[in-house]
Amino acid sequence: MARVLINLPQRAKRGDIMEIKTLIQHPMETGYRLDNKGVAIPRDIINRFTCTYNGDEVFQAELFPAISANPFLAFSTVATESGELVFSWTDDRGQTQTETRQITVE
Amino acid sequence: MNFLLRPLVALATTIALAAAPDERRSGYDIAGPEIRAMQDDDTANPGNLWVLQGETLWGKPTGAADRSCADCHGDAQMTMKGVAARYPAFDAVLARPLDLEQRINQCRTEHQKAEPLAWESEDLLAVTAFVARQSRGLPITVSASLELRPFLALGKQLFEQREGQLNLSCSQCHDDNWGKQLAGNLIPQGHPTGYPIYRLQWQSLGSLQRRLRNCMTGLRAEPFEYGAPQAIALEFYLMERARGMPMDAPAVRP
Repeated sequence: MARVLINLPQRAKRGDIMEIKTLIQHPMETGYRLDNKGVAIPRDIINRFTCTYNGDEVFQAELFPAISANPFLAFSTVATESGELVFSWTDDRGQTQTETRQITVE
Repeated sequence: MNFLLRPLVALATTIALAAAPDERRSGYDIAGPEIRAMQDDDTANPGNLWVLQGETLWGKPTGAADRSCADCHGDAQMTMKGVAARYPAFDAVLARPLDLEQRINQCRTEHQKAEPLAWESEDLLAVTAFVARQSRGLPITVSASLELRPFLALGKQLFEQREGQLNLSCSQCHDDNWGKQLAGNLIPQGHPTGYPIYRLQWQSLGSLQRRLRNCMTGLRAEPFEYGAPQAIALEFYLMERARGMPMDAPAVRP
């Protein structure tokens, strides 16, 4: 589906705070615009983002129409165990994009 | 005599250069810290989403010839290095310069036997961004060959010619008044170092031609059609004007 860029460390020390940055391609159509025939363009935004770390939700966000296209989200979490982080974005059409990244904690 | 004077002339030139530092500033040079940070961080620069897509398209066979860009050009990191910094470039068969987008489409129709990509389409922007990315940090070095002189002259003339209901030339803003405010915006010198750019106002990637059309609409002039010879001549003049400045595509601009 959409292109995604995720930046997180591949390795971290236990207890370290790591910053995670995500960027996803999405039009974030507000629903307030008209096309060139004057017909309203239906709203299509990513409305929810979650990040789970070994199954536990560590971050979630609700998104609204004023957020720009290709939303960039950065957040931090504490490195606890080696394992996987799962990122998922859900939009108004009900499509969900899921990405998985591995991390090694020493 | 001439022979004796030569070192003196060289010395004088060096002093003159030192006294007049390069006063050219790219959009990056005058951008605020937030925009620079966004451009410099590969995960924060949305232009890289198109670069990624371009990388996929580069390796994907297409058209009746079922060939990919990579089948001829190989690893773009090697073969496309510095290429975008040399466009628009002269095409001997057509006897006119082509910009990077036109060159990509020429390759598609002639070698891949595929349909040309539409101007400003996601795929064309993606391939252009991917190719332009390979020139990051390299100086702009468009050709100075004789055949290109008339196109350069046309571009310069267009740059200096007043037009539109506001009756302004490009030069009046970008040569004479750069650094000042135009409503809420800082007027840049107009060096095309980072195209295709991710423009925050567009919330999308766009080509230099889109940017030129945007400026012309602002002047209430009739914009050039995409691919019009005047548009290419103006692009070429702008690149010549920015000769030696480092490329920073895909750039982020307000």
